[in-house]
Amino acid sequence: MSFPTLQDQRVEDLLQKRKRLRRQLSENQGLRELRIAVLGGVTTNEVVDLLELLLLDAGFRPIFYQSEYNRYFEDAVMEPEKLTAFRPEIVYIHTHWMNIHMARLGITSTETEVRVAVAAELTRYQTIWNSIHQSVGCNIIQNNFETPPVGLLGNADCVSESGRTRLVWELNLAFSQAAAQDKKLAIQDLHSLSASLGHAQWHDWTRWFSYKIPTTPEASLAIAKSTMAIIGALFGKSKKCLVLDLDNTLWGGVIGDVGTDRIEIGKETPVAEAYTAFQQYCLELRRRGILLAVCSKNQEDIAREGFAHPDTILKLEHFSAFKANWEPKHQNLQAIATELNLGLDSFVFVDDNPAERALVRAQLPMVLTPEVGSDVALYPTILDATRCFESVRLSKEDLERADAYAANSARASSAAKFADYGAYLDSLQMNAEIDTFQPVYLDRIAQLINKTNQFNLTTRRYTYAEVEEISQRPGYIPLYGKLADTFGDNGLISVLIGRRDDASLHLDLWLMSCRVLKRDMELAMLDAMVERAATAGIETLFGYYYPTAKNKMVKDHYRQLGFALESSQNGGSVWSLKVAEYTPRNRHIAISRTSATVNLCTAPKSSQNCSRSLPIS
Amino acid sequence: MHSAEIIAELQPIFADILDLPDLQLFAATTAADVEGWDSLAHINLVVAIEKRYKVKFALGELQELKNVGDMANLIIKKLAA
Repeated sequence: MSFPTLQDQRVEDLLQKRKRLRRQLSENQGLRELRIAVLGGVTTNEVVDLLELLLLDAGFRPIFYQSEYNRYFEDAVMEPEKLTAFRPEIVYIHTHWMNIHMARLGITSTETEVRVAVAAELTRYQTIWNSIHQSVGCNIIQNNFETPPVGLLGNADCVSESGRTRLVWELNLAFSQAAAQDKKLAIQDLHSLSASLGHAQWHDWTRWFSYKIPTTPEASLAIAKSTMAIIGALFGKSKKCLVLDLDNTLWGGVIGDVGTDRIEIGKETPVAEAYTAFQQYCLELRRRGILLAVCSKNQEDIAREGFAHPDTILKLEHFSAFKANWEPKHQNLQAIATELNLGLDSFVFVDDNPAERALVRAQLPMVLTPEVGSDVALYPTILDATRCFESVRLSKEDLERADAYAANSARASSAAKFADYGAYLDSLQMNAEIDTFQPVYLDRIAQLINKTNQFNLTTRRYTYAEVEEISQRPGYIPLYGKLADTFGDNGLISVLIGRRDDASLHLDLWLMSCRVLKRDMELAMLDAMVERAATAGIETLFGYYYPTAKNKMVKDHYRQLGFALESSQNGGSVWSLKVAEYTPRNRHIAISRTSATVNLCTAPKSSQNCSRSLPIS
Repeated sequence: MHSAEIIAELQPIFADILDLPDLQLFAATTAADVEGWDSLAHINLVVAIEKRYKVKFALGELQELKNVGDMANLIIKKLAA
């Protein structure tokens, strides 16, 4: 995540200035309230205090509920009323290896006893998770466990049936397997986090015995940052685009001076190997859905030649945008953002030159510009430590995103050849699938809802749990749209949620990925919504525009679609459309749908209890 | 180093952590005298002092302390060790 003011600070400074920082950050405008329940097997205040600062800095206004010390099981399972009443959007279960019930493991344990112990402990946690699923239904963050700092059996502690190290390993694996099956359960990998900090810097027995805090302050900060990264990923704050300098960042040497043959890349020298490794890391990020772009002070044709070097790992086709010129870098970054239809706050900028980093930090504080130094060997580790590309789980769209953007460039160049825009749209041979939410798409829908900022009329965020509820609840017409064309499949790129109230349908949410702008997809979505509304006996659609810093592009969305202005206030507006007067608008996209039935309440104002369901198609 | 010098150095740290810009610390000051000096604030104070003086208090050393003067003396003792 981006912590322009906090990310480089030491834990003691954060703790010392915490109250003042908290007060200052709380004054920021537009913070999004976030209710987090922390159920601890240890004293959680220090982690929560630090997490609060990080969340405030990332644009949230967190409200915390903390269980009493070591009452995590009771709070979740025995007396969930308090937790339910708090209405958390996230429950963070922060437990420690000393909370593991190991008593049954003696020095004479057998394989069977290990399996029983792991199964029993997993069951205890599943009871907690299931209870929260039932009583609250929100996302859960559960940490896995550090390896115990004391291995009684030495190396054999990870082998022996009575080794605690082995038990922790097996339990961690069981947690991972459980989370892979449970979309509302995210695992926080304290096992890896503690290893990367080092056990000597992680465990603190004095604080454990004094306060029941098992970790050093540095470890508490690492835990808070990791929790922040997961929350950021859940709410679409992860970075989407890595912008790279060229000379002495992606290869050694200045290509304009030494020529393509002499830049350092390949396997011939240690330095060349390090640049190759960093290129490989960037390519792997691209494969998991992070866009790559170039921002370099260079002559463009010479800069491009670098990617014709026989040993380069990255090729021109891997970059979604390429700016090599003599303009200031912050201007080029802005141009890249415009070209890719992404917000600058989703950018990470890597440059070996401290002056360029300082310029970008000053001019564009929303861009994450890590202090990477000038040793490329460290770049992957430094970038990794920022946790800025955190992902709760990878979706199919993540894996295909970079290719979709590449196909977009091809589309843009073919658009230039058509005089008539309609002819261009027809040439794309677009095919859309528009239908009510299907279980298989809920993951992607929740992801899109939480990260779309620009084409988003109301910018309402919904958790996965809420999306799932809307998909099942009568009284809603929740539509998704997928769009494919001759250049490729754009995947699921639009969401439109209608909420019924008597003969009215309120469009609570309407969003679309910017990679399908100006394709008439919004017309196809409106057609589909009006068709379903008419079938259900709805007379009027109401649309809402709530302005944010990022959604000006849809300010006139409803006007352009022929809605009538009902009222406007503080830049926001309410619009209406009579179903009876509507004629379908889409001319250029062929429409298909999956099996379409939706529960739709026809009784007025009692949607909660309505059991009647109407087939819509 | 004298106890009074340590207390003078501790004052801005305590003022930050307790968010009391006008806080005055004396050798006789106790937790009960200061608004907001509860057990959680105490954890933060200990972290700040340990980092400031690059010392680590042993289990039990802090339990003996009755006031800020005792704390300052303990710091002097740790620095000399």
